[in-house]
Amino acid sequence: MIIKILGSGCPNCKTLERRAIQAAEELNISAEFKEVRDFKEIASYGIMRTPGLAINEKVVSAGYVPKVDEIKALILEHASQEDTSNKVQ
Amino acid sequence: MMKIKSYQQAFLFVVAWVIVYAFLEPSVNFLFSHFPLERGKRLTEAIYFFVYEAPKVLLLLTIVVFAIGIVRSYFSPERTRRMLGKRSPLIGNVMASTLGIVTPFCSCSAVPLFIGFVEAGIPLGATFSFLIAAPMINEVAVVLLFGLFGWETAFIYVATGLVIAISAGYVIGKLKVERFVEDWVYAIKGSDAAFESKVTFDDRIRAGFTAVKDIVGKVWLYVLIGIAVGAGIHGYVPQNFMASIMGKSAWWAVPVSVLIGVPLYSNAAGIIPIMHALLEKGASLGTALAFMMSVIGLSFPETIILRKVLKPQLIAIFVGVVAVGIIIVGYLFNLIY
Repeated sequence: MIIKILGSGCPNCKTLERRAIQAAEELNISAEFKEVRDFKEIASYGIMRTPGLAINEKVVSAGYVPKVDEIKALILEHASQEDTSNKVQ
Repeated sequence: MMKIKSYQQAFLFVVAWVIVYAFLEPSVNFLFSHFPLERGKRLTEAIYFFVYEAPKVLLLLTIVVFAIGIVRSYFSPERTRRMLGKRSPLIGNVMASTLGIVTPFCSCSAVPLFIGFVEAGIPLGATFSFLIAAPMINEVAVVLLFGLFGWETAFIYVATGLVIAISAGYVIGKLKVERFVEDWVYAIKGSDAAFESKVTFDDRIRAGFTAVKDIVGKVWLYVLIGIAVGAGIHGYVPQNFMASIMGKSAWWAVPVSVLIGVPLYSNAAGIIPIMHALLEKGASLGTALAFMMSVIGLSFPETIILRKVLKPQLIAIFVGVVAVGIIIVGYLFNLIY
C-alpha cells in the first residue's frame, strides 16, 4: 500500500503524515509513505485544498487533517478494495 | 449511556451559549458591585474595559465561527469553481468576491486553488477578486468589529472589502496580466475527476465544532492580548492623542497607514481591539479602516506563497492595485464621516 501526503510541507501536512503513520502502525499494515510537495504533481490529483491524503493513488481526503480513527477507516476501506481485486484476479 | 447525536450536541451548545451570554453582563456587574474598583482611575478604567469586553467578544466569536463552519461546509472550492465557470468579467468579479467570503480558504492552499481556477478557465480577474476577498473579509474581523463597534462598522467593513475585491480584480483582469503567470501553470493537465467527498449533515455540524476548535483555539490569545492593549490605551493614552497623527486633518495619514500596514502581518483578532482604542483617541474611521484592511488583506506570507505561481511583476501589480483601492476607500470614509 502506498500512502501519499499531498501538500507544501505546511504544519498541517506534517500532522497528517504523523497521523497516517500512526494509523498504519495501529492497524499493523505496512505502507510506503511519500510526501508530494510539487504543486504540479499535487494539481494532477485534482485537489484544490491541502493537505491531501491519497491511498494507492486515490485521493481520500483534502483540505483538512482527518483524525487517526478516520484515517484508519479510510485505509481499511481502500485496503479491502485492494484485497478483493486481488482475489478476482 | 446513549450516544449524543451531532445535532443534539449542536442544540445543547447553542442553548448553553445563550444562557452564558445572557448571564454575562449581570455576573460581571455583580462581581464589581461586591469588589468595587474606584472609577476614574486609569488602571481601574482599563480593568473595567477588559473584563466587560473580553468575554463578550470571545463568546460572539465562538457562536459565529460555529455557524460559519457549518455554512462553509456547503461551499467547497470545487463547487465555487464550478459556479464561477466562465462568467463575463464584472459578474465574475462580483461572484468571485462574494464566494470568497463563504468558501473555506487558507493562504496555505492559495497555490492549489489558483491552479484549480486557472485550469477551469476562470479569468485571472475573477481569480484575484476571490484571492483578495477571501482573507480580507473573514469572520473573525466581522465579529470583532460587531462586538466592539456595532453592526454599522461591521457592515461598512464587509461592503468596502467587497468593493475593493471586485474593483481590484476587475482592474487586474483588464491589465491582461496572463503573461505574468508562471508558464508551467498553463501547462498543467489536471485530472478531470476532481476530488469531492460526500458530506452528511452530521459532518456539517462536526465541521462547525472543528472550526470553533481550530479558529477560536488559534485566535483567543490574540484577542485577549489585543483587548488588553486596547484596555491599556483606553486607560492611559490621553484623549485626542491620535487626532494629529491619524485624524482627518492629517492628509497623509491614509497612505502612510497603508504603507505601514501592508508589510505588517497580523490576524484580525490582534489588530481590531487596538484600532478600537485608537479610534476612541481621535483617529478617523477612514484611516483606521485603511490600516486594518492593509494589515489583514495583504499579507507578506501569502505573497511569498503566490510567488510560486506568479511572476514578481504580477505580485507587484496585485499588491499595488489592492493598496490603491484601500487608500481610495480610506479617503472616501474620511470625507463622508
